[in-house]
Amino acid sequence: MNLRRLFLIGTPYLWLLVFFLIPFVIVLKIALSDYAISIPPYTPTLDLSAGWEGVKSFFAALDFENFSFLASDALYWKAYLSSLQIAAISTIITLIVGYPIAYGMAQASDEWRPTLMMLVILPFWTSFLIRIYSWIGILSNEGFLNQLLMWLGIIDTPLTILNTNVAVYVGIVYAYLPFMILPIYAALEKLDGSLIEAAEDLGCSRASAFWLITLPLSKPGVIAGCFLVFIPALGEFVIPSILGGSSTLMIGKVLFEEFFSNRDWPVASAVAVVLLLILIVPIILFQRNEQKQREANQ
Amino acid sequence: MAQPANRPVFAPWNDPNEKPLIRFQNVTKKFGEFVAIDDLTLDIFRREFFALLGPSGCGKTTLMRMLAGFEAPTSGTILLDGVDIAPIPPNKRATNMMFQSYALFPHLTVWDNIAFGLKRSDMAKDKIPARVEEMLRLVRLEKFAKRKPHQISGGQRQRVALARSLAKAPKLLLLDEPLGALDKKLRQDTQFELMDIQEKTGTTFVIVTHDQEEAMTVASRVAVMDHGKMIQVDTPDRIYETPNSVYVADFIGDVNIIEGRAVRKGDDKYAIAWAEGQPDILGTSSAAIDQGTRVHFAIRPEKVAIASERPEGRANVIEGTVSDIAYLGNISTYKVEVAGGRMIKAQVANERRLARRDITWDDKVFLSFTDTAGVVLLK
Repeated sequence: MNLRRLFLIGTPYLWLLVFFLIPFVIVLKIALSDYAISIPPYTPTLDLSAGWEGVKSFFAALDFENFSFLASDALYWKAYLSSLQIAAISTIITLIVGYPIAYGMAQASDEWRPTLMMLVILPFWTSFLIRIYSWIGILSNEGFLNQLLMWLGIIDTPLTILNTNVAVYVGIVYAYLPFMILPIYAALEKLDGSLIEAAEDLGCSRASAFWLITLPLSKPGVIAGCFLVFIPALGEFVIPSILGGSSTLMIGKVLFEEFFSNRDWPVASAVAVVLLLILIVPIILFQRNEQKQREANQ
Repeated sequence: MAQPANRPVFAPWNDPNEKPLIRFQNVTKKFGEFVAIDDLTLDIFRREFFALLGPSGCGKTTLMRMLAGFEAPTSGTILLDGVDIAPIPPNKRATNMMFQSYALFPHLTVWDNIAFGLKRSDMAKDKIPARVEEMLRLVRLEKFAKRKPHQISGGQRQRVALARSLAKAPKLLLLDEPLGALDKKLRQDTQFELMDIQEKTGTTFVIVTHDQEEAMTVASRVAVMDHGKMIQVDTPDRIYETPNSVYVADFIGDVNIIEGRAVRKGDDKYAIAWAEGQPDILGTSSAAIDQGTRVHFAIRPEKVAIASERPEGRANVIEGTVSDIAYLGNISTYKVEVAGGRMIKAQVANERRLARRDITWDDKVFLSFTDTAGVVLLK
């Protein structure tokens, strides 16, 4: 009995230890190391055969040089800031697009809901990469969008959308929309319809009932959706590198280049550690929101 | 309890000059093919506590939702104070509703829930707090003003819902199964509280319930509904004592129904032949009944006396054997098997201790009742 309890409680902790804490410690260790032309491309490496002295000299060789380098080079903090900005703006656009869709789904009749849900989830059945690539065909100068607009006579010369931040916003909003819709839908769906009737009964118009009742009560869903979009968008690499241009500065791209073009693992690891620290704040806020919601439901 | 002689009896439905607050005129409501309300005509008067009683699906909730404005009648008109309310949306109606689920706004405090309707009305901003305080006092929740709905008990939530729906002083308050979620003890207390509040505020209440005891307790008049039709609309005592049909007799309280053929025996007296070799049951009916018509004789168990000796001077005496006794504390119900295997229930107040009860299982007993104790029903 006790063993079983231990196993049940221990499993998630073991999972976290093996798949989060240990990798993080390894990355942190590399971030504290120095660049070296060797395999692996950093020093020092822990040499246990030298015994206690080896461990001591190993720790002595670790320093925060890479972090001070990140702070001194404007490229990095600009990349962080620009990532934060892109993630924040895309989150807001996703919310503006996603909320009405979720609301429409929650209002739909029971027999339509599974179909609508299916349509939201359906894109996940195709490769993420292919879906992002296909936007090149839509957004490029000769793409469908420009062809359509020119055929309609709205524009004369094609718009340059691909390889700009606009394309990145389009890509992020498109890719993360389901993550916004689903939690909002979940919140709206369990909303008791009699609350709206009660609000109307007490003198609210349809619109004010929405503002005073529906919107505040869907807030947990909105917050969850925003975090689910914001957190991955912040470290997004694929979308800016496929749809963005050379001027699109995002930390995911910087990270990739440090690792694979520069082969400077220690600096790349430092970038990753700082990114994680930035993400921890919204992740903790997200967890708190979930916790609060669970308590409110009790 | 003796009533002062000069106190007028509240019965506006008997006064032909009284104008009804609500008038349903041939109202029909269909959902697709399903007829929820079937050509219904009904008057409800000012200051009434009107109960709509019926099994689920009988149309009582639909009737109420039409008053609130959430459903529109398919045909017919509903007049509130002489005005057709069909074109008026729910937020413009002088009615308020107390929902079955209470529908309290979970993100607002008790205070804000009660103030919600007032803030949407044309009441001056500085008058709202006083009105909310007054409502809180009325339902005795002053101490809980700052709590959220999930931080108070079910009974308190129910009172918040009542206060919220009364705050705007509606002409008409609709209560949809308001006490359904409460346990029995709390429900009984709340029923009296509801009546008290209704009397204090002078509001017209329409209550929907499937609990006949609740309807009998609170209402000035009860409407028994079935399949979208009014079966009987009357005061609780008349509904109970002179039901107009087997359906009503059976729905309200406990009843013995005995089928037989009626033979006229005098002005309004009838003899009902109900079993071979048994004396006819003598009953009374104000309506004329043709000779030999199949009728149902309905008699309440508490009107049937039970004795081990043949009683003298009773109009009806039936012999039988005790097959079952249900002890309910204050009363006992005897199930007595009579001719033809028919069961008749008799209810007796337990005036003596259980140990001194002289009738027991399988005893031969005599059931008796007067010729006015029951009613003769045609349908």
